[in-house]
Amino acid sequence: MGHGAALVPAWVMLAYLVAGVCFIVALRGLSSPETSRTGNRFGMAGMLLAVGTTLVTHEITALWEIIVAIAIGGTIGFVTARRIAMTAMPQLVAAFHSLVGLAAVAVAGAAFLNPDAFGIAVEGLIDPVSRVEMGLGAAIGAITFSGSVIAFLKLNGNMSGKPIMLPLRHLINLGTLIGIVGLTAYFTQDQSQWVFWTIVGLSFAIGFLLIIPIGGADMPVVVSMLNSYSGWAAAAMGFTLQNSAMIITGALVGSSGAILSYIMCKAMNRSFISVIAGGFGGGDAAAGGGEASDRPWKRGSAEDAAFLMKQAEQVIIVPGYGMAVAQAQHALREMGELLKHEGVTVKYAIHPVAGRMPGHMNVLLAEANVPYDEVFELEDINSEFARTDIAFVIGANDVTNPAAKTDKTSPIYGMPVLDVEKAKTVLFVKRSMGGVGYAGVDNELFYRDNTMMLLADAKKMVEDIIKSLA
Amino acid sequence: MDFITILSIFVLACFVGYFVVWSVTPALHTPLMSVTNAISSVIIVGALIAAMAAAVPAAKWLGLAAVVMASINIFGGFAVTARMLAMYKKKERR
Repeated sequence: MGHGAALVPAWVMLAYLVAGVCFIVALRGLSSPETSRTGNRFGMAGMLLAVGTTLVTHEITALWEIIVAIAIGGTIGFVTARRIAMTAMPQLVAAFHSLVGLAAVAVAGAAFLNPDAFGIAVEGLIDPVSRVEMGLGAAIGAITFSGSVIAFLKLNGNMSGKPIMLPLRHLINLGTLIGIVGLTAYFTQDQSQWVFWTIVGLSFAIGFLLIIPIGGADMPVVVSMLNSYSGWAAAAMGFTLQNSAMIITGALVGSSGAILSYIMCKAMNRSFISVIAGGFGGGDAAAGGGEASDRPWKRGSAEDAAFLMKQAEQVIIVPGYGMAVAQAQHALREMGELLKHEGVTVKYAIHPVAGRMPGHMNVLLAEANVPYDEVFELEDINSEFARTDIAFVIGANDVTNPAAKTDKTSPIYGMPVLDVEKAKTVLFVKRSMGGVGYAGVDNELFYRDNTMMLLADAKKMVEDIIKSLA
Repeated sequence: MDFITILSIFVLACFVGYFVVWSVTPALHTPLMSVTNAISSVIIVGALIAAMAAAVPAAKWLGLAAVVMASINIFGGFAVTARMLAMYKKKERR
């Protein structure tokens, strides 16, 4: 075996293992907000331990260059993390994923070019098992990179959220995938430059091809999936380096992303395959089913809404992506405070796929100082709508559509939705009657007797309600 | 370590990950993503090894580039997670 890692002293292996355990503790801490901050510190400690151990166990030849590299990266990362707006969190996470992916490609490339440094070669010949590991690491890393770049551009609005459908795309994707797998197998026989770099190139291409047909509101699944890939890439490199910290982390992150993807898919009642196949939520569907309905609906004003809510015993606020776009979370919290002063019980109900990434709405409400024990998940609050006077829907649409429960022909049939229509009155904040939700279907809710439409920009409407309440 | 030992660690860690992640409260799913981002940058270990080996210049530069990228993620990921977690507050009981 060309594995030189057998020479690694026991304490070093132990140190990496402890680092891995710190990362497990970091994730475990997230089971509740109270323990989460301690968990995050464990994560930092684990990282410090892993980096420190690596530095002291290798002959350092380029200390200054490394210090400069860490300083540059650290400053960029730290400043970005301080300045980024909470509404831009999905983009930031996508950007971070792309960096993990590209770093994995670079490390795999370095290991390929200088295998002796990693102790995986005998007389320049790389161990075949290591070749597969580095091929996989580079491939997954490259897919993570290009996929995340597209996800970033879509989330950041540099690229339309509409799916881009290439002709024969399934065939192209399948061919590229077979090419990558085939070349990785061939790589064990032939360690030529072209084999490795073609694997990398094809993987960049497929990451790009996989994400362009996926529409904006399916991004929670995409971001989770790329999260998972970044983990698998780290794990593959951990195999190459025989490093337990990297393997444990890779497995943790890989499963984390996979579970989040699963939760998101379930919340939309769609299979993972159908999301990846893409094409859902196109602009065409919206144009087709859009303003068709001329059924009667009721319009209300900010004053009406303020009056109704003041009288209520309980108001449940249902936020969605529209709230994030309008940056209405702070105004919304203020409205909630005023209502509480009037003796109204205020709660928030969050659908798992509200927003553009898992937990997006929770972070925005937390930013606006909404206590997290007033914020409830779908399954915990759904039974309460029947006992609630007002459901205040702001920037959410498909996740409140009762057609998901009754209309078998609806594209969102079977998707778990918030039972807002069971409340005595539904106040629905929406910019205009024209637009439809992401799924391109009309919302039954608008035409119900107990629904009052509040047509305006979300933030402006909430501010007007605040004025009437005060 | 032989391949089977490494594989054992990996498989067991996947199970640990499965159970730990299911216990994460949905309200913290965004911090979960940013912290997993930070910790998956433990790949910096490989980047440092590459950057410290001077024999092949191209490999060294790839390593240094990876150190920069991983550092962005480590510092950025932990800092943004800390910033988000600091915002989660309980109701003040009066």
